[in-house]
Amino acid sequence: MSANISIDYITHTFKGQSEPTLKDIALRIEPGEKIALIGRSGCGKSTLLHMLAGLLKPSEGCVRIRGHQVTKPSAKWNMMFQKPSLYPWMNVRQNAELGLVFNGQKDPQKINRLMDMVGLKDKADAHVQSLSGGQQQRVALARSLATSPDLLLLDEPFSALDAFTRSSLQDEVAEITSKEQLTLVIVTHDIDEAVAMADRVLIMSANPGHIVGEMKIDLPYPRNRASASFSQQREALMNRFESLVNDHVPHSSEKNADAESGNATQAAA
Amino acid sequence: MSTPQPIVSDSLAAPEGGFDWGQLGRFMLSRLGYPIIGILVLLAIWWLGGWAIASNPDTESFADFAPAPAFARLLELLANGYVWEATTPSLIRIGLGLLWAVVIGVPIGVAIGLYASLREVTHVPFQFLRMISPLAWMPVAVLAFATWDGAIVFLIAVAAIWPVLFSTAQGVRRIDPLWFKVAKNLGADGFQMLYRIIMPAIGQDIFAGIRLAVGVAWIVLVPAEYLGVTSGLGYAINDARDTLEYNTLAAMVVVIGVIGFFLDGICVSLIKHFSWHHEG
Repeated sequence: MSANISIDYITHTFKGQSEPTLKDIALRIEPGEKIALIGRSGCGKSTLLHMLAGLLKPSEGCVRIRGHQVTKPSAKWNMMFQKPSLYPWMNVRQNAELGLVFNGQKDPQKINRLMDMVGLKDKADAHVQSLSGGQQQRVALARSLATSPDLLLLDEPFSALDAFTRSSLQDEVAEITSKEQLTLVIVTHDIDEAVAMADRVLIMSANPGHIVGEMKIDLPYPRNRASASFSQQREALMNRFESLVNDHVPHSSEKNADAESGNATQAAA
Repeated sequence: MSTPQPIVSDSLAAPEGGFDWGQLGRFMLSRLGYPIIGILVLLAIWWLGGWAIASNPDTESFADFAPAPAFARLLELLANGYVWEATTPSLIRIGLGLLWAVVIGVPIGVAIGLYASLREVTHVPFQFLRMISPLAWMPVAVLAFATWDGAIVFLIAVAAIWPVLFSTAQGVRRIDPLWFKVAKNLGADGFQMLYRIIMPAIGQDIFAGIRLAVGVAWIVLVPAEYLGVTSGLGYAINDARDTLEYNTLAAMVVVIGVIGFFLDGICVSLIKHFSWHHEG
């Protein structure tokens, strides 16, 4: 099941700061849409994602999912982070079913199916610390999907992985979300990732963080990164990003960008 | 410079078809040899001390402190059951004292680990109380508790609570904030957060605190048992002194050391058991 999301004029200022991090963000996301939020570090894209997850309350405006205001986290809108953040005292299966345990609805068959889906069927009893980074992120994906969320929120979830693992996981997540008709919002600073996964890319700019433009990516899944159409879309997005963001960058942006996050700004590369 | 370097270091390269005795020797030395050397050195110092005491006319009467009479007496005390009679009440008091330390120290430790304001409020009083020797509480303990046993358990608990409390708080503060975020996102309520995330995350820290607590509790035990009671290891030591049985006194010191050593070993294996660091 999927949900429509509306973001109603969110403005957010962090405590102790005079300038807002986000200003007047208004957005509608249709059920089953795959959205990528791209922008340099410090543009507030991750802050916006935390608000969608209910992990952060905006100072003004609100997020509505199916018309209901999001005020707290819920297993129905689930977030994945750059770090897989698995619990090392639980094995793979126990990690995956944690959301179900919290909600009192253990379902071993569902977990089996998910383990199969993410390719970890024979690792279900393994210690999570014995898994590779990509495998750990797959467990986190299974854990997020176990509670049957309407909405999957990804905060640069593949940026710590090697290039091959990254692209195969991008394809897998795109495929799974299509099949399960999930709404997907992914925050990334990787243009390739946006083109590989999203059907709509929103470009954000900093100081204050706002959406400066968007681009539809009309390619079938799974997307072939070697195809001419992929390269075209990629180039088009890159050009659009450069023209939109560079025109919008005030002089102080570099300093703030470094302050918020140590991540390399691949989007600018 | 022209000497060719061996490809494999000689400690790993067993001669073809032969057994590497050198490697076994080094292994035995590291596992058993070093501890045995340590024990022998300790015994030698003790023996030298005994010899010095015995050869000085002023201290001659204390000669029974030496290892030989002490071990002879220890065997007798083991055989006639005196060691067990003295040890059992002490272990019960230690156990109760530690239990109180954990029951009070862990919840407070979790709370001050989670809430910065509580940490600030408690910082001065806790550091102040922590620095007071547990034995300084003796008069208070005697006044406050109807039984000697109660007073002793109180003194042990007062000594043992701090390492447990601070180690627990430290463990909570080291929890990855993302673990809380993810659990919240997956729908954990407060109790589930405590029971499924916080407690397993800090299990090893709690037992590391208990290990330190066992150390101080065991030290406090003996002087605490000088109080009114007529049982326990501390009483046995005091009694041996009063009756001038220095071989018994030394034998009981050995018993205290050995039991302390094993209690520490139990704590170490519990820390390992509750540790979630698994390599490979």
